[in-house]
Amino acid sequence: MPSEHLLQVENVSKRFRVRGKTLHAVENVSFNLDSGKTLGLVGESGSGKSTLGRVALRLLDADGGRVLFQGHDIGRIPKKQLRELRRDMQVIFQDPQASLNPRMTVGAAIEDAYVIHKIGTKSDRQQRVEDLLQRVGLPPSAANAYPHELSGGQLQRVGIARALTLDPKLIVCDEVISALDVSIQMQVIQLLKELQKERNLGYIFISHNLAVVEYISDEIAVLYLGEVVEHAAAEDLFKKPSHPYTQVLLQSILKVPDPQSETTQALMHIKGEIPSPFSPPPGCTFHPRCPFAQDICRTKKPEPRDIGHGHVVSCHFAE
Amino acid sequence: MAGHLFEVDNLNIEFRRSDDKVYAVNGVSFSIGEGGTLGIVGESGSGKSVTMMSCIGLIRSNGTVKAGTAKFEGHDLLKMNRKQLEHIRGLEIGVIFQDPMTSLNPLMRIGDQIMEGMIEHHYATPRDAFDRTINLLGEMGIPEPKTRFRNYPHEFSGGMRQRIMIAMALACEPKLLIADEPTTALDVTVQMQILALLKEQQEKKNMSIAMITHDFGVATNFCDKIVVLYAGQVMEVAETKEFIRRPAHPYTIGLKNSIIEVGQRDRALKPIPGMAPTLTSPPTSCSFADRCPLVTDRCRNELPVLRQVDGNHMVACHRAEEVLNHAV
Repeated sequence: MPSEHLLQVENVSKRFRVRGKTLHAVENVSFNLDSGKTLGLVGESGSGKSTLGRVALRLLDADGGRVLFQGHDIGRIPKKQLRELRRDMQVIFQDPQASLNPRMTVGAAIEDAYVIHKIGTKSDRQQRVEDLLQRVGLPPSAANAYPHELSGGQLQRVGIARALTLDPKLIVCDEVISALDVSIQMQVIQLLKELQKERNLGYIFISHNLAVVEYISDEIAVLYLGEVVEHAAAEDLFKKPSHPYTQVLLQSILKVPDPQSETTQALMHIKGEIPSPFSPPPGCTFHPRCPFAQDICRTKKPEPRDIGHGHVVSCHFAE
Repeated sequence: MAGHLFEVDNLNIEFRRSDDKVYAVNGVSFSIGEGGTLGIVGESGSGKSVTMMSCIGLIRSNGTVKAGTAKFEGHDLLKMNRKQLEHIRGLEIGVIFQDPMTSLNPLMRIGDQIMEGMIEHHYATPRDAFDRTINLLGEMGIPEPKTRFRNYPHEFSGGMRQRIMIAMALACEPKLLIADEPTTALDVTVQMQILALLKEQQEKKNMSIAMITHDFGVATNFCDKIVVLYAGQVMEVAETKEFIRRPAHPYTIGLKNSIIEVGQRDRALKPIPGMAPTLTSPPTSCSFADRCPLVTDRCRNELPVLRQVDGNHMVACHRAEEVLNHAV
């Protein structure tokens, strides 16, 4: 059956075996993404957001559930067809320096995708590279530069240009601005937004920077120990954070104080740390740190519930 | 000078490269009062870490302090020999680095690492140092300190490692703590825990803190005075309240506008165009001129000096008054 969603992630789980123990990286996660829209994935280190992004592109195989890209189950389709689909599914990583071959010019790195997929003649490909460089705000001369000759912000533009080569429909942006200076972060976000509009791209935007995720996303899923604890439209999530973990996360953001009020933010004491993903706590995984935990939270896992307008929360007490 | 525990004056630092020189710090001056918290804010390459680390003798071998003084309790650290500096470092001045994994010795039990400084500096006898280490670990919020004393760095989470670094830095009760991006590598909830812990320790001991950070949220909520560096120069210094209310340097304003904060979904982005320069000759004009929306011919020809615009508010911009009076 043809699907109306660009990407459907259904009850996906991913586990890793590490020295005989099982690490629960992603547990039973579902979401949909439409063309031209952005889903933000937030959570702290170890929450499974990058793993989930990789499973969505089948850079990792899911252990449970399935991922449909334009209706095709990417875990089951033949290799050849998957390769075709991969043109439409791209990724941009946090560290552009690490994802570029240091001995290859930037131009060659961008051109590579065309060579692999046997697209265009040599001069044709070079024209495309030049167009892409220009589109991401780099001079044509950048094509002849090696990665070490460019700054972090410029390299991330190269990362974006590479992701765009095959005219994809979906891009997973994994902490793409985290390594950049603030003045450069904004340039990159602006570029990503423009490109999305021009090309009707679907983004999965993974970041620990909540304000940036709020800015760029249409919907946001909050991950804790591999599970989505809250999923809502970006406005709703920030207006009415309903999972205690989301509330703690939002309260942890240090904002520059309002010039009118002049009161600085109180530094709070937050209880505990993320438990080990090798042995997630029983019941609600957040209960050991939750200020509102009751007996039921220690024994019974809360099911995701819609508390209105598609605002889904996995908490016994959310309303 | 009275009231100032630490005072940097006209610091200049150069780095040799294979075929040229980088002018990393160009006439930086600032001071930290007793019990005060100074935020040193800037982007990568602005010279914020180099400035502080050079003062305590931690500078890469291709770097040279060309001019300036860095007085700690009236004594110029830059004139001290290695032995004198080693005595002050760790005892009088504690340091916390950004990445606790690379600054802790992976082969040494964390308890021994914390004790080492106290014994080295004759701050405590080994027996007292042991007791104090256990106490410190407890104060840092590390559960079961007696057991954890015997663990190695890899057995701790990132947040816990940073707590161990703080315990090491505070072991000899320093008068000044240099914290170099202490929470940058940490998650937001852990950042909050670490900052709360530092504040609590500071208040208990009336310690001064130099907080090196690129994060305005951290600087404005944690520090009582802020200095903004750009291309190795002080662009602006002000008390935090004044800094929030009336930023006067176009770079400061641009940087503040670059931060996307919660609740700004509908705002338009106005990034600062271009990127920060690497100076290969000493500055003779405003280093921010090429990116500045208010640039004039004067900015391209004359180096703006850091000058007082109001009370303790200092700005290095020819047009600071116009900015403050909303004339531009």
